[in-house]
Amino acid sequence: MADWRPSATSARAHRARLNALLRAFMAERGVLEVETPVLARGAPLDPGVESWRALAPGGAAGYLQTSPEYPMKRLLASGEGDIYQLARVFRGEEQGGRHNPEFSLLEWYRVGFDDRRLADELVELVQTVAAAHPRWLRPQPEVRRVRFADLFGDAFGLNPLTCSEQDCADVAAQVGLSVAGNLDRDGWLDALVSLVLAPGFEPDRLTLVHDYPESQAVLARPSVEHPGYALRFELYWGDMELANGFHELTDPGVFVSRREQDIERRRRNGQAIPEADRFFALAMHAGLPDCAGVALGVDRLLMRLLGAARIDEVIDFPWGRA
Amino acid sequence: MATYSTNEFRSGLKILLDGDPQTIVENEFVKPGKGQAFNRVRVRNLRTGRVLEKTFKSGESVEAADVMDTDMQYLYTDGEFWHFMLPDTFEQYAVGQTALGDSAQWLKEQDICTVTLWNGEPLTVTPPNFVELKIVQCDPGVRGDTAQGGTKPATLETGAVVKVPLFVEEGETVKVDTRSGEYVSRV
Repeated sequence: MADWRPSATSARAHRARLNALLRAFMAERGVLEVETPVLARGAPLDPGVESWRALAPGGAAGYLQTSPEYPMKRLLASGEGDIYQLARVFRGEEQGGRHNPEFSLLEWYRVGFDDRRLADELVELVQTVAAAHPRWLRPQPEVRRVRFADLFGDAFGLNPLTCSEQDCADVAAQVGLSVAGNLDRDGWLDALVSLVLAPGFEPDRLTLVHDYPESQAVLARPSVEHPGYALRFELYWGDMELANGFHELTDPGVFVSRREQDIERRRRNGQAIPEADRFFALAMHAGLPDCAGVALGVDRLLMRLLGAARIDEVIDFPWGRA
Repeated sequence: MATYSTNEFRSGLKILLDGDPQTIVENEFVKPGKGQAFNRVRVRNLRTGRVLEKTFKSGESVEAADVMDTDMQYLYTDGEFWHFMLPDTFEQYAVGQTALGDSAQWLKEQDICTVTLWNGEPLTVTPPNFVELKIVQCDPGVRGDTAQGGTKPATLETGAVVKVPLFVEEGETVKVDTRSGEYVSRV
């Protein structure tokens, strides 16, 4: 077998070009490139991401980062301004047509921005790089912006904050979807968005979904205007999720109570509970400036620019052959 | 009882779903960046041949189907059952009409077929890819039409009807591809 060979030969030069364009975009706006550890002593407790554990021969243990969020926020709390990083990150056993356990994120933070303003900059970045190469595909110039509650309510007539698991199962059954295994409400929201709604997004259009239910806030601040929701957004290109951003949570009290909920959910699901990142917790208590941050999947952006169907086409040695 | 977790899913895996043995045709991993992971699979029911889509919450387990492909020699039919034998142990299996399906029309005594067993019971029979069968009935060829590549129906010794070129005559033996049901050559 030719398994030693790379799988992304036709995408390789495009990736180099894309990385250069991303760095140029940040440099033009005065956002500083930073580097932080890939290997850390603590890991996120968010039940939606699983960290790889790393073991040293002497017995020391750590975690490979699932994103550079914690150390970058420590830089922000220490007084550093706008920063970005092109980081390699690692997540569980995520493997498939759009997943590789090791992948690249462009993550950046803007001090004084809110989620709407950062989402605008994210769209500008995608449109700018897409226009920079004559052979790359470009999304429609007009972005579709929709609140999570409206997306969900218009499609299913349900309120995502109050609907029951049974309500979700019923609307899923109407479109021929049944799921084996117990799902809580958030599990059902994920199923309906990923398996029913996103596949119906217009293929060449960017869609921004804003204001997620607070149960899915992660580290986004609660919305004052819409109680029960948080200032989190996701960017889709067609049906593919490309980026996730927050108007960042700065209230250490809310941070602590969300962390408790994450631990509780992990217990209920029978998931392992990793060592928490205590340095990040200390930084949250010291005070994060008012800022917004977003992480963009670079491999997926490259897939869309090139019209690639599988992530293997843009990663030379995917996990099966890494 | 063996089980498979969704992270072991791959095409070709045989699992028990809704009481029937099914084979995974396609497995796709779907997960929002910050949320629940799912496996969307297309499965083919090995009893009925029906293909359908199923979604699993990732991490769920399903029972493995004890399905095994074995090479057996076809012996004879008594009209109700078709009898096969494992060549090394001489152990015999009787296969009913439902499990046999369309394969009956290609079965010639002594031929080696693939019999798929589920819990030791015959589930399906796959004939050899190519069989050589004698034509028991076909109309005489009409000269002059061969240039147009014309064909005519021919009934074979097993009862199967295949289209053969006009120059092929009754009493001759022909090679047939059982997967497509098409004539390959004269023997």
